[in-house]
Amino acid sequence: MRISSILYSIRQGVKNIKRNLLFSLASVGTIISCLFLFGVFYCVVMNFKSSMDELENSVVISVFFDEGITDENRSLIGEQIRLREEVNTMYYISPEEAWENYAKETYKDNYELAMESFAGDNPLQNSDSYEITLKNLENHAEFVQYLRELHGVRKVVSSEQTADGVSALSSIVTYASIAIIAILLMVSVFLISNTITIGITVRKEEIQIMKLIGATNFFVRAPFIVEGIVIGLVGSMVPVGLVYLMYDKVVDYLVSKQSIVQNLFAFVPAGEIFSVLIPVSIIIGIGLGLIGSLVTTRKHLKV
Amino acid sequence: MIVLDHVKMKYPASKTYALNDINIKIEDGEFVFIVGSSGSGKTTLIKLLLKELEPTSGKITVADTDYAKLKRRNIPKLRRKIGTVFQNFRLLKDRTVYENVAFAQRVIETPTRYIRRQVPAMLTLVGLADKYKAYPKQLSGGEQQRVALARALVNKPEILLADEPTGNLDPKNSWEIMRLLEDVNKKGTTVVVVTHNKEIVNMMKKRVITLKKGELISDEQKGGYIDED
Ligand SMILES: Nc1ncnc2c1ncn2[C@@H]1O[C@H](COP(=O)(O)OP(=O)(O)O)[C@@H](O)[C@H]1O
Ligand SMILES: [Mg+2]
Repeated sequence: MRISSILYSIRQGVKNIKRNLLFSLASVGTIISCLFLFGVFYCVVMNFKSSMDELENSVVISVFFDEGITDENRSLIGEQIRLREEVNTMYYISPEEAWENYAKETYKDNYELAMESFAGDNPLQNSDSYEITLKNLENHAEFVQYLRELHGVRKVVSSEQTADGVSALSSIVTYASIAIIAILLMVSVFLISNTITIGITVRKEEIQIMKLIGATNFFVRAPFIVEGIVIGLVGSMVPVGLVYLMYDKVVDYLVSKQSIVQNLFAFVPAGEIFSVLIPVSIIIGIGLGLIGSLVTTRKHLKV
Repeated sequence: MIVLDHVKMKYPASKTYALNDINIKIEDGEFVFIVGSSGSGKTTLIKLLLKELEPTSGKITVADTDYAKLKRRNIPKLRRKIGTVFQNFRLLKDRTVYENVAFAQRVIETPTRYIRRQVPAMLTLVGLADKYKAYPKQLSGGEQQRVALARALVNKPEILLADEPTGNLDPKNSWEIMRLLEDVNKKGTTVVVVTHNKEIVNMMKKRVITLKKGELISDEQKGGYIDED
């Protein structure tokens, strides 16, 4: 294509938008509403996910050793465990740390006193342990079973119920996300194809005349492609902007409430969310705009 | 050259042939009228020549192109050799006279500097130089048809097809359009005009092909309008 033809197509595309203002507004509106829903939904899911991760990390598995185990054997067990794929973090808790933690929890403010009274005689002498968190709670039960069977391990303690609960919730969220995204996409396609039917009648005569004069399919389509891109761009910028403005406000509000929500939720920073949401929305927006205009024109190209 | 060789055309929705075994040969530079009552197949013939329709059987060759062998993507190239004028003008309503004519040149990617030169020249030829800024609805039928003619001619086609170009015009405007078509023909373009206008056909003494219910019933040099009734 010549440069003058490209410029002509761009000018014509922009003029088309103005000429068919109602159709353009309907298309932009459709894309805005779909992407707005998508954006809100994405924020909610991401925050849910991050809270889930937080919860998963809070499920700790403690591994205790046979009485009188040598330091050497203990670190051998540690190395074995560390090699497992499931392990996210692993710390060694010495008897002293264990006792200090226990005293803090049990005697609260008087814990120093309690510690002094037992000085030099640690009641938890044999209660050193590895504290392990897993990357993923799905394999929790099997992993605990594996630890129990290790030579030199006396006892494995873990909150099975929490683990099962979090794991189940996590998969519910995953499936629900997939379902809602699928529904959203279907709704968008339905709305867009509806909007397109309005546009078709407007273009029919124009496209047929172009074709009879000897225009190539590409030349006929170029202005419509420009139109689709502009509509898709506008349709994606607006909702992303709206969600962006809302996001910080909502998070600030929830945090200021000092409610349980705040303790339960690990909020994801806006930067992290929007570095994905902005490009994805723009791609979806332009994609929908393009598909829309290409489908509108295709029907009339066979002249 | 335009050649139709045993061409038959039946629309899928119809039981009878819209064109039945048509044989026509039109040499370069000829001026030909195609006449016949309504429904005799004249528009169908034009649509076949534009490759808007595919014949049911038979062979069509226009400007050395065998239509049966023409690939879809090469249709635009063929159409650029053929200028077309329709009874209902088919102008773009939301563009000015200038833009409507320039449009035909943009379609074939003519550089803008040529468009700026050729469009005004064309509008002068059809007598509309002063109306270049007007929109179609601000023009009379005759003026609109002259814009359509300018659009059909601006790319200097080898062949000009006109389907009832004067069907919606009064006698004075009809004659003006015919004079323009004759001028174009004198400059070398092959002109094929479908018409109902008995007076014009009889006065101009050109080749006349008469269709009746899809059959070619007469093909005469310096012919006249055959009244069927
Ligand atoms: N799209 C179509 N589908 C079915 N039949 C058609 C179609 N177009 C035209 N016809 C029929 O074909 C015949 C010739 O039509 P047409 O070529 O338009 O005649 P004319 O232009 O001479 O008036 C008519 O009987 C008409 O009813
Ligand atoms: Mg007709």
